[in-house]
Amino acid sequence: MYKYDNYDQSIVDARVAEFRNQVERRLAGEITEDQFKPMRLMNGLYLQLHAYMLRVAVPYGTMNAKQMHMLAHIARKYDRGYGHFTTRQNIQYNWINLEQCPDLLDDLASVEMHAIQTSGNCIRNISSDQYAGAAADEAVDPRPWAELLRQWSSFHPEFSYLPRKFKIAVIASEEDRAAMRLHDIGLELVKKDGVLGARVFVGGGMGRTPMIAPEINPFITADDLLSYLEACLRVYNRYGRRDNMYKARIKILVHEIGADEYRRQVEEEFAHVKTLGIDPPMAEFDRIEKYFAPPAFAADASDEIDRSDPDFAVWIDQNVKPHKQAGYAIVNISLKPIEGIPGDASADQIDVMADLAEKYSFDELRVTHAQNIVLPHVAKADLYAVWTALRDAKLADANLDLITDIIACPGLDYCSLANARSIPVAQKIAKRFESPERQRDLGELKLKISGCINACGHHHAGHIGILGVDRKGVENYQLTFGGSGAEDVSIGKIIGPGFDEDGIVDAVEKATDVYKQVREDGERFLDTYRRVGVEPFKEAIYAK
Amino acid sequence: MTDAVEKFLTGNDLTTGDVIWWTGNGWSRDVKQAVDAGDQGDAILATEEEARRVNASYIVDAKNGLPLHIKDRVRAAGPTVRADLSVNPDIQIVKA
Repeated sequence: MYKYDNYDQSIVDARVAEFRNQVERRLAGEITEDQFKPMRLMNGLYLQLHAYMLRVAVPYGTMNAKQMHMLAHIARKYDRGYGHFTTRQNIQYNWINLEQCPDLLDDLASVEMHAIQTSGNCIRNISSDQYAGAAADEAVDPRPWAELLRQWSSFHPEFSYLPRKFKIAVIASEEDRAAMRLHDIGLELVKKDGVLGARVFVGGGMGRTPMIAPEINPFITADDLLSYLEACLRVYNRYGRRDNMYKARIKILVHEIGADEYRRQVEEEFAHVKTLGIDPPMAEFDRIEKYFAPPAFAADASDEIDRSDPDFAVWIDQNVKPHKQAGYAIVNISLKPIEGIPGDASADQIDVMADLAEKYSFDELRVTHAQNIVLPHVAKADLYAVWTALRDAKLADANLDLITDIIACPGLDYCSLANARSIPVAQKIAKRFESPERQRDLGELKLKISGCINACGHHHAGHIGILGVDRKGVENYQLTFGGSGAEDVSIGKIIGPGFDEDGIVDAVEKATDVYKQVREDGERFLDTYRRVGVEPFKEAIYAK
Repeated sequence: MTDAVEKFLTGNDLTTGDVIWWTGNGWSRDVKQAVDAGDQGDAILATEEEARRVNASYIVDAKNGLPLHIKDRVRAAGPTVRADLSVNPDIQIVKA
């Protein structure tokens, strides 16, 4: 994986020193909160419902063991012993002391990590496929490109004050594991006649106005990619609305002027930008790419797996995915235990995962947008040892992509924007469906919960989505069906009146009952819903 | 029990970020120490913010010793899903 050069390290160190000075001035009363707030936000420090919250960037969700251990250290030393992995492949700490924050950031910088651009109207952390470099179906490893975009977008002087925040995802497989088309810009790296390039999708997103990004360019060659993205951002920066924050995202601009007109303006700008020499020389890209060379896989690694332990076999079937290298596998670690909080991990659990990565996965981990962790390169011969260690750490739930693998935002338990609690609803649903056999019988069913219209819990993309709202001071939960963040991307639709906390659990159960009654062979819940429509579900859910 | 709506003052401790409540002569993490600030809320908050004894402060409606809005009751209690981190785990978040 990528290693900072002196330039990378020096700008991160300089930013920490600058922030230390800003914190000192704030604590001494030399600057007001109004003056300080934009500074702390630029360093990922929010003031949330209960305390300061720090969002730490995990570039394209990739970390090594040393970095993961540092996250555990921070949880212990500066927080309350745990962290929360997010839908943007980052980690958040909920109980940060302002005075200690510069020391925390120094610790982070010591392992080439930071919290820069995890807030504010700038280009946020570049997200990617958690199976990058390991998936059999990828055209190329997307991480070198994601890293190039990270370097391009970090402290980009022209794009530090965009009309609104900006999120970019990069994938290189037809199977979309990163909700690519629900980003401001989604890139799918593809090869055409042996030439590497990208399909460019612009103007997707969730939030209060969910939109699927239209394809703006079916193929921009890789050597033009940065210039093309620069043009995309320039058009947005010029014409994106700054008068209304609810209409300021690029999806609104693309929607209002139309994809064709937006494309025309981008092409016009691109013709100019291309003269500026923004695209890096291939030597620089080659330098970056070398950091992502495949690990030294054993050529003779066995494909045999001893499945004699039935619990292990179930976990293999559900959480372990094929690897492009014979004898190896991709391990998904579920952070969705039945009684747990989706995405949360204790410091001890974080250390366990780091140790396993170091010992069994060529020192690599990934954070997924579904709030789980991946060990991308595990020899099949080591799977039982990995599973045993995960089981001992209560990290071996075999529920990947099942109904209990719920994405949930922090909701009203932590977030100052939320209108309703998400986590208790997730816990009640998980409890209702805790039987592993029942979960597996329902098959792939992506359930996602947001505690407000900002949709951090991706409810629009849930096969079943739940949106918490405030109805006259009381938590109420709306139900949506038919969303998907994958390659069959779609936005879920609200099915009818909302429910209270217990009612929403009953409604989900009734929906799964209908699915079981009407499904055809091989159909997922989403497939059945798309085939039969909402009526059978509504009839069952709202029956008097 | 009374129907009178009280005015509680709340905010966060500048250094620790803790949720705090105005007690009449200072700030407490415990909402049970909060007092009705009446019509003095804005003036008190201006003074306290200036002295950096509170951050991001505001006035909330309360009744019978608890904020009326669920968001402020969660602030008073702590995360409802982590009783071990709760300041006042006995606070009823959802009104009966």
